[in-house]
Formats: sequence, C-alpha cells, structure tokens
Amino acid sequence: MKKRQITQVLGFNFLRLCIALVILILAVILYDIVSKGMGQISWEFLTSMPKDGMTKGGIFPAIIGTFFVTVITALLSIPLGMGCAIYLNEYSKKGKITRLIRMSIRNLSGVPSIVYGLFGVVLFVQLLHLSTSILSAGLTLGLMTLPWTITASEEALKNVPQYYRDGAQALGATKWQAIRTNVLPYAVPGMLTGTILGLSRAAGETAPILFTGAAFYLPFLPRSLSDQFMALPYHLYVMATQHHAIEKVRPIAYGTALVLIVLIFCMNFFAIFIRYKLRKVRIK
Amino acid sequence: MTVKMKTHITSRTQGVSNKIVDENKENIVKISVKDFNFYYEKSQALKNINLKIKENTVVGIIGPSGCGKSTFLRCFNRMNDMISGIKYEGAICIDGKNIFDKELDIVDLRRNIGMVFQKSNPFPKTIFENVAYGLRINGIRNKEYISEKVSRSLRNAALWDEVKDRLNQSAFSLSGGQQQRLCIARALAVEPEVLLLDEPASALDPIATAKVEELIHELKKKYTIIIVTHNMQQAARVSDYTAFFMMGELVEHDLTSKIFTKPSKKITEDYITGRFG
Repeated sequence: MKKRQITQVLGFNFLRLCIALVILILAVILYDIVSKGMGQISWEFLTSMPKDGMTKGGIFPAIIGTFFVTVITALLSIPLGMGCAIYLNEYSKKGKITRLIRMSIRNLSGVPSIVYGLFGVVLFVQLLHLSTSILSAGLTLGLMTLPWTITASEEALKNVPQYYRDGAQALGATKWQAIRTNVLPYAVPGMLTGTILGLSRAAGETAPILFTGAAFYLPFLPRSLSDQFMALPYHLYVMATQHHAIEKVRPIAYGTALVLIVLIFCMNFFAIFIRYKLRKVRIK
Repeated sequence: MTVKMKTHITSRTQGVSNKIVDENKENIVKISVKDFNFYYEKSQALKNINLKIKENTVVGIIGPSGCGKSTFLRCFNRMNDMISGIKYEGAICIDGKNIFDKELDIVDLRRNIGMVFQKSNPFPKTIFENVAYGLRINGIRNKEYISEKVSRSLRNAALWDEVKDRLNQSAFSLSGGQQQRLCIARALAVEPEVLLLDEPASALDPIATAKVEELIHELKKKYTIIIVTHNMQQAARVSDYTAFFMMGELVEHDLTSKIFTKPSKKITEDYITGRFG
C-alpha cells in the first residue's frame, strides 16, 4: 500500500473513533439517567406536590414553574430578538457600527449564565422591584436567550436570496412590504428553529434563576407572575447537592433529570418539526 | 383604495390599447436623460449621459463589461437607491417628470417602470401567485380581477398555453426560459409603461432566447423597452435604437441599422466587429 493510502485509512479510522467516542459518552449518560430515573416516573410523580421535606411526592410545581418561566422567556426573546435581527439584516447600513453591534451580540452569547443571573437580580429584582419571581427569572432567561435568537434569526434572514427583496421592490413594494411578504415567510422557519433551541437551553438553566425567583421548596403552585416558583433544573440541583438526605432522595433526582431531558428533547424535536413542516408549505 | 387603483390601471390599459403604433409616424419622446452623472461611493460610473428614448421603441444598450450598462438601467427605476453612498446629478425625465424629484413617490415610479433581472428570479410561490404578487402588494383584493389580470399577463408574456393547466404549481417547476417569461409576466401585471430588461436572455438556450426576443417584438407595441445585452446579434435583432457605452460614457446612440452598418465613431465599429470587448 502506498503511503498516502495508509494515511487515508488511518485518518478515516481516527475520525470514526472520534464519533464513536462521542456517541458512547452520550449513550452512557442517557442510559444512566433513563435506567435509574425510569422507575421513579409515574402519573403521581408528575402530578403531585413534593411531600415530607421533599423526600416523597412528585415534582408537579417544578414542571409548572419551568413551563411558565419558559413562556415568559419566549415572550421577551422572540419578538425582541426577531425585531433586532430584522433591523440588523435588512435596515442597518453596513459599516463599522453595525459590525460592532453584531460582534457585541455574538460575544454576549458567550457570557456565563451566572453573570446573567446576577445581572437579573440587580436589574429586575432590585432596580425594577419585580421581586424574586417568575417574571424576574423569565426576563433574565429572556435576556440570556436574546443573543441566540438574534444570531439564529439573522442567519435565517441571510439565507433568503437578495433577489426576493429586489424583485419585490422592483414591482413597487415598499421595503417593509418586501420584507413582510417576500422575506419573512421564508425566514420564519429558520428563525423559529433557532429560537426554540435557545429556549430549550434556557429551560435547562439553573444559574440565572437561582437568585431571581426559583425557590428551594414550595409545596404549592405559583398564583401570579410575581410569585416564587420551583423549576426542574434548580430542583435537580437541590436534590443532588443541597438536600439533607441526599442518598434517600437520589431516585427523585434521577426522575427529575429524566423529565427535564425529555422536556428539552421534545422542544428540540418540535423545532425540527416546524422547520420541516413550514419548509414543505413554502415549496408548494 | 382598491377601487381607485383598479380604475387607475384599467384607464391606463385602455389608453395603451387604443394607441396604434404607426411605423411612419415619429413617436413621441418618452424618456429623456439630461446631463446625467452617477457616482458610487468611490468612483463615477456614468459620465454626462444625454439620451432621448421614444415611446414604443426598443433601445438596446451594449458595451463591454463594467461600462455602466446595468448601472444605467437601474437608474430608471432607481434600484440603485438601495446601495449606500451613491449620488446622482442631472435628470432623467419620464413623460416630462424628473424621477429624481423629491416629490416623486419611488413606489409609484417602480410600479410604472417594470424590470426583469439578468437571472430569472421567480419567487418561491406558485406560478399564479408570482404574477399576482405585484397586484397584491398594491392593495388589490378583488379575486376575479386578479385572476383575469394574471391570465392576461401570462398571455402577453407568451406563456399562457404552457402553464394554464398548472397555475398552482411552484414557479421553480418551470424551465429557465419559462421562468424568465414568467418574470416578464410578473412585471406586466402591474401595467408598467416602460420595461427594463437586464440581459434577459443571458442564461437561456437559443430556442428560449428566440422566444424571449419574439416576445420583445410583441411587447414594444404597448411598452417602451430598454434592454441591456452582451450579445451583439441580439441587440441587432430586437432593438430599434442602439446605445453604445464605454467606460461610463455614451459613445454613440442611433438607429440600430445605422450603428451596425455605418457607425460614426471608429471605436463603435471596433467593438461591433469584435475587435475588442
């Protein structure tokens, strides 16, 4: 065999090894969580309150809390993020300032989530007096998700060919008409996909909600947006590290982890689903 | 709004169809370009252009790559406005009105001046919706009117017979030549008076090209047409007048028959006979 063929075979096998290793790690994690958490899952676990100092009972308030917080996150980051992306990609003049803004946004997505958490405390809890609540936590997560939403939405807009805009304007459409009727319909699937992926990441975050609204233990459901709440990721953190009887509640922790993972998988699949669905519609 | 728009369009249609093109009669001047200069951010693209274009004629614009042909074409419907840092000087008057006038509504201008781009660019919609697009964005909601207008535009673009049974299929299912004629139909649907064609046949095979050229012949009865082309034979075949551009200057403008047989400038002759370019 020639030398470059040997290199080729070695190279391929190295790449195979890489992918196998990644899949293996993922499989081990999933197996561990599913096998230990599966036994815990029951209708009661999903729909009842925690009992006896969280050593028994279910995780219902945590599921509800995560749900509402994610809704607040979406309400902030979807319109604001899409709006920013439309402005940046369609209206802003290309120049140094735009580049700087774009670069700042990219950098924001690399800021550690604990920093967002502390920023949320200062801005929403202290400055705006929103108290530690679903609202504060949701808004904090919303801020954290924004850079993702903006970047994903801008990419989606960039993928729409320039001539859709020119062609529409040459027919007498205003710039906004061209964007609304001939750009957004083709960008929205991509925008939504990116946004939902951002949201699913937000739903699994602990640090930003730690100080802004998540409660250690609340045996009742939040009644308004200004109430504190329990959330799946924080509950998991508590069960795994902070509980007074860690060994005893370990199955509950595994159950919580499994629910959280399934929830996030569902959101990601939903994102893929709408992209697929909307893409089919537009070709018709 | 809808009704107003509709009457506006119908009255214009009647005006056009009543007009009989008399070959012997001198056509009136539709467009006049006066001392026109155009600058990009860093360079001047068009230098002191003076040109008169008569109604219901086809003007071919020829010249080597980068001579400013397409830039010139895109001045008539102010598509260059989308580029930042550009500057105009002088005037382009259509029916006596300067299109750079501050009062002028650019949306009205573009509705009045149809444009077909170099690369056929149907929207990712059905064949029907492509043609209906211009009507819809102009606020027309009347379904019967739209469908009547779509079929008439497709007929005028010589595409109707090929697509009448599949109006609800994607425009991408058409061949390249059909797509280009669809784009012409799309431009016709909003009832322009002037058509700008930017190398409309450059990506088409000879048969499709012949069809588009035939169509241009047909269309000049109703419209004033400005066509940019790289293809000298095409300019000779379709245009009544030919304008030869070089380095941003209008070198010569005359009847096509004269430009191609007895050009008054040496450089025009050199270009046309293929000595350079």
